[in-house]
Amino acid sequence: MVQFTLPRNSRITTGKTWPKPETGGTLRKFQIYRWNPDDGQNPRVDTYFVDLDDCGPMVLDALIYIKNKIDPTLTFRRSCREGICGSCAMNIDGINTLACIYGMDEIKGDVKIYPLPHMPVVKDLIPDLTHFYAQHASIMPWLETKTNRPAKEWKQSIEDREKLDGLYECVMCASCSTACPSYWWNGDKYLGPAALLHAYRWIIDSRDEATGERLDDLEDPFKLYRCHTIMNCTKTCPKGLNPAKAIAEIKKMMVDRHV
Amino acid sequence: MRYLTARKRAEGKGASGTGTEHFWYMKVSGAGLALIIPVFVVAFGRALGGTREEVLAAFAHPAMAILTGLVIFFGLRHFAAGAQTMIEDYSHGSTRRALIIAVTVLSYGMIATGLFALAKIAL
Repeated sequence: MVQFTLPRNSRITTGKTWPKPETGGTLRKFQIYRWNPDDGQNPRVDTYFVDLDDCGPMVLDALIYIKNKIDPTLTFRRSCREGICGSCAMNIDGINTLACIYGMDEIKGDVKIYPLPHMPVVKDLIPDLTHFYAQHASIMPWLETKTNRPAKEWKQSIEDREKLDGLYECVMCASCSTACPSYWWNGDKYLGPAALLHAYRWIIDSRDEATGERLDDLEDPFKLYRCHTIMNCTKTCPKGLNPAKAIAEIKKMMVDRHV
Repeated sequence: MRYLTARKRAEGKGASGTGTEHFWYMKVSGAGLALIIPVFVVAFGRALGGTREEVLAAFAHPAMAILTGLVIFFGLRHFAAGAQTMIEDYSHGSTRRALIIAVTVLSYGMIATGLFALAKIAL
């Protein structure tokens, strides 16, 4: 059955309040989820104060400030700092988003940061995305062809290329899938919005010749039809994409095959 | 502890090859019920407040009897299919299968009871 309460060893406790910086600037309070698999303790929420006059405007800037100047043990993923790599996805102020493109000025009150919800945690703000990536691999995210390879290239019309807009931009940050209640309850079988958006990206690609096999592989009450159009995925996507529409398009193609 | 690769866990047993029928049935029955339920509610409302004989006569009318039969059958089948989705969402394993069997039995039981009562009135 669905779990409505956290297991005893996952319940969050009050953590440490770290000293305020003495640089004299404007301070902002951050409450950040901490969990270390090596210390045997329950997760806790630590409180930090960031000097906004000594820090960039984005939430990631504040996290880097904390790691560099207050607590070097704070652990999180980051790489490109411009919304392209998807590494710094986390739950900020109740919204799954990318810390690098989420401004502190968009948040009222204290800044509360947790890892992406309903995922196993590796440490602090780092979720274990192994299953998420394996699900992505399972949809065969590459061009499948049966025709002999052309001498130069697989041609595509401008109109067909435009069908990939709004799909290829996905950076696999997992914000959408981890915002989806269906993925929370049945993530072992349900592919989730990110994998399904990528599946549709290849189904709709005019050069791909495995459309039937791809649809066959998705025809399942759990893999595809756990989507109940809740739309959290579309609401939370930090890249402004619409996974719910991509899933609806797959369902329409499924019905086209039947009726 | 099982030493399964992440890919094997993700692919599971593959695809069952079903799901679209259920999805399409919910759409069709939902659209059909959206049409007949308001008509039934109005007709049922008009029969309310009459004497027992007047209510029985209203339900014995062929149009009303057919409409009531459709509402009972498709309403309860729609309920069962929707409840199955809900059960699949929130429960797992043997509990899931037991609950789906229970809701299917319940819906057919209520359909049989409703149609028997209707037949007694209308025939």
